[in-house]
Amino acid sequence: MVLPSLQSRYSIMALTAVVLAVSFVADEYQLSIVNLIFIAIVGAIGLNILVGNTGQVSIGHGAFMSVGAYTAANLIVRLHSPFWLAIPAGGAMAAVIGGVVGIPSLRIRGIYLVISTLAAQLIIEWTINHVHAISGGTQASINVPRPTVFGFELKTQQQFYCFLAPFVALAIVAALNLGRTRIGRAFIAIRDQDIAAEIMGINITRYKLTAFMISSFYAGVSGVLYTYFLGVANYEQFQIGVSIDYLAMVIIGGLGSVRGSVLGAIFVTVLPMVVRQLLEGLGSLLSVSTKLGQYIPQMRLTIFGALIIIFLIVEPDGLNRLWLNVRGRLRWWGHAQ
Amino acid sequence: MTRHAVTAASRQVSTAMMACALLASLYSMRSSAADDIVIGLLCDRSGPTQTNGAIMCDAARDYFDLINSKGGIDGYRFRPIEIDAEYKVPLGIEAYERWKTEGVVSIMLYGTSHVQSLQQRMAEDEIPGTSPGFGTAASSDGTRFPYLFPIAATFYSQAAAGVQFAGEKIGGLKGKRIAFLYFDNPTGREPMPMLEALSKLEGFELKTFSVPPPGIEMSAQVLDITLRFKPDFLLTNLFGRAASVGVKALVRVGYPLNKAVALAWGATEADFNAAGGMTVGEGYYAMMFHGVGADYSALDDVREMYKAEGKKLPKAFGTVLYNRWIFHAAIQVEAARVAARLRKGAKITSQDMRHGFEGISAAAVKKLGGLAPPLHITEEDHEGGGWIQIYQITGGKYVKATEYFSAFPDVKADVIRQRR
Repeated sequence: MVLPSLQSRYSIMALTAVVLAVSFVADEYQLSIVNLIFIAIVGAIGLNILVGNTGQVSIGHGAFMSVGAYTAANLIVRLHSPFWLAIPAGGAMAAVIGGVVGIPSLRIRGIYLVISTLAAQLIIEWTINHVHAISGGTQASINVPRPTVFGFELKTQQQFYCFLAPFVALAIVAALNLGRTRIGRAFIAIRDQDIAAEIMGINITRYKLTAFMISSFYAGVSGVLYTYFLGVANYEQFQIGVSIDYLAMVIIGGLGSVRGSVLGAIFVTVLPMVVRQLLEGLGSLLSVSTKLGQYIPQMRLTIFGALIIIFLIVEPDGLNRLWLNVRGRLRWWGHAQ
Repeated sequence: MTRHAVTAASRQVSTAMMACALLASLYSMRSSAADDIVIGLLCDRSGPTQTNGAIMCDAARDYFDLINSKGGIDGYRFRPIEIDAEYKVPLGIEAYERWKTEGVVSIMLYGTSHVQSLQQRMAEDEIPGTSPGFGTAASSDGTRFPYLFPIAATFYSQAAAGVQFAGEKIGGLKGKRIAFLYFDNPTGREPMPMLEALSKLEGFELKTFSVPPPGIEMSAQVLDITLRFKPDFLLTNLFGRAASVGVKALVRVGYPLNKAVALAWGATEADFNAAGGMTVGEGYYAMMFHGVGADYSALDDVREMYKAEGKKLPKAFGTVLYNRWIFHAAIQVEAARVAARLRKGAKITSQDMRHGFEGISAAAVKKLGGLAPPLHITEEDHEGGGWIQIYQITGGKYVKATEYFSAFPDVKADVIRQRR
């Protein structure tokens, strides 16, 4: 049976109902934020498989997203590929490049591997920027038409929401299942002690490269979804800062957990927006809004940084552990302690 | 569950509800009159471009305050909504969707990546956006990009103006050598197709020198230019930190700055000050698509407004970037004026604003004095002619070297057509 316990069956049903309800209840503005979160979730899950599960730290995730984005953009514009071809193709190309970038991980680890993925980020950025056959010209941006699903062109945020949600669901289910397979177990063994893993008969070369490829596949798909969402593949959307944002997502969310990736993606995407709105609300309450505009950004960044530090001090294992703690408390809540 | 726990829980729930109610009330307080002209003001007060953003956004707000303090235009008042996007795409998307809920009719863009990521949505939602001096040069073609307005001068127009100006300074272009030093990203490279086309057409030798990001080291390129290529004239397209590093590097190797012109984003006061003061750039030519200095009627009015309110003028008053966004805001106001004439008191929509921009004529912007070029924006030409004026740093000040001019319009049109 797919879902053995009653509780898991009910929670899946409830979750599906919530996802469906959101598409009707939320307005376009709220859905635009949810869509950004959706795209971030796919990318974050991918990075977490590499960083959290396999223990290979990478700051080249943005570059892998760009590989997927430009592959898809070229396919869409030149060959008029439909989305169901462009999305896996973007992911596959990113996986291939990810596999190549993963080769140094066979020899080096830790901070040295970080530097080599940084180099990959810069090399991929440079290549896309300078090879016009990939980038489509000096501006390094390719405009992409809206995706059509069964002859229906997606335009509004609501339509995109319905388009993106299945991919997010697929990404989550695939990642959860991956953790239970031989591959997933091998990843964890490599993370915890690679020499011991090798002695147990795990082919380190194969599984490290597989981890890079799966992670990059997720990144590529996320890049394609982003390209569809924005209507353009543009290299500035995938620079080093984006890679760092994704790393922040998995660290804040909780390493090695799918739920952590989801929570981290939500946290990092929404927090700057929430802090800004709160400060603006506060400003209008104190009626000093004219000059406040100048101070909000500085305060916002400070608060954003402070919140991240506080969260990590309160719970170094990330939002996922925080969630589990709260859930544990709630289970016992009201009972004798 | 004990009674105590139930009371504690209900107390927590009610606190949360009160907090929500407070937030909701704060939210509702922000709305105002329905007939206001809502302008989206994309700002970078944080992030990599914050030094520019802080000056420019204050300038735009000052100008809208000024117009509102005079009672708006034909009874319409402006409500600029500033959102800081940190030069990050997701925050730009969020800003855009929020403006839409507020009924935005025009967006003052900033940053090429935002132009790229918003252009499709703006076209679908029929909301015009303006990108003076940046964005994509191809968007000057209004038939292809009906909702993008790269008013004043795209990088193509800047490149064309630079080449024409060089030709005037060195006595013709045929057989001459022109160097192009640029920041190696899409924005830095944007003038290139135009320069290559002109090089073929006018018969000068073009050599390009790229400065890789982050652009804080370019002595090799500058040495190469000065000692090996020995150009008759140099065009630079550097911005951010690279602009000041460029000036310093050129001075250090003894390149004569009066044989160099910087494109629009590479020669602001901040750039020279970071290089060691305005006088460091003595002789350097600086390209502008608006007037520099404080000697314009619009700026006089802002000064009066500050005086009347008993406040001190902002430090950046009258500087390049301040004037740039005064000009940018003024174009919004002029477009709204045209739109107001069309609507005669009814609510101005984003469509009206688009027609407003397309109705801006040289006569309309004349009252701004030299602050604005003689723009003539039409349905086809969203750039308004591609006007540039060049200043020279003389005695630590910007001194006008040319009046507004527009160079090689036919070549520009050709290059844009070829790149379709």
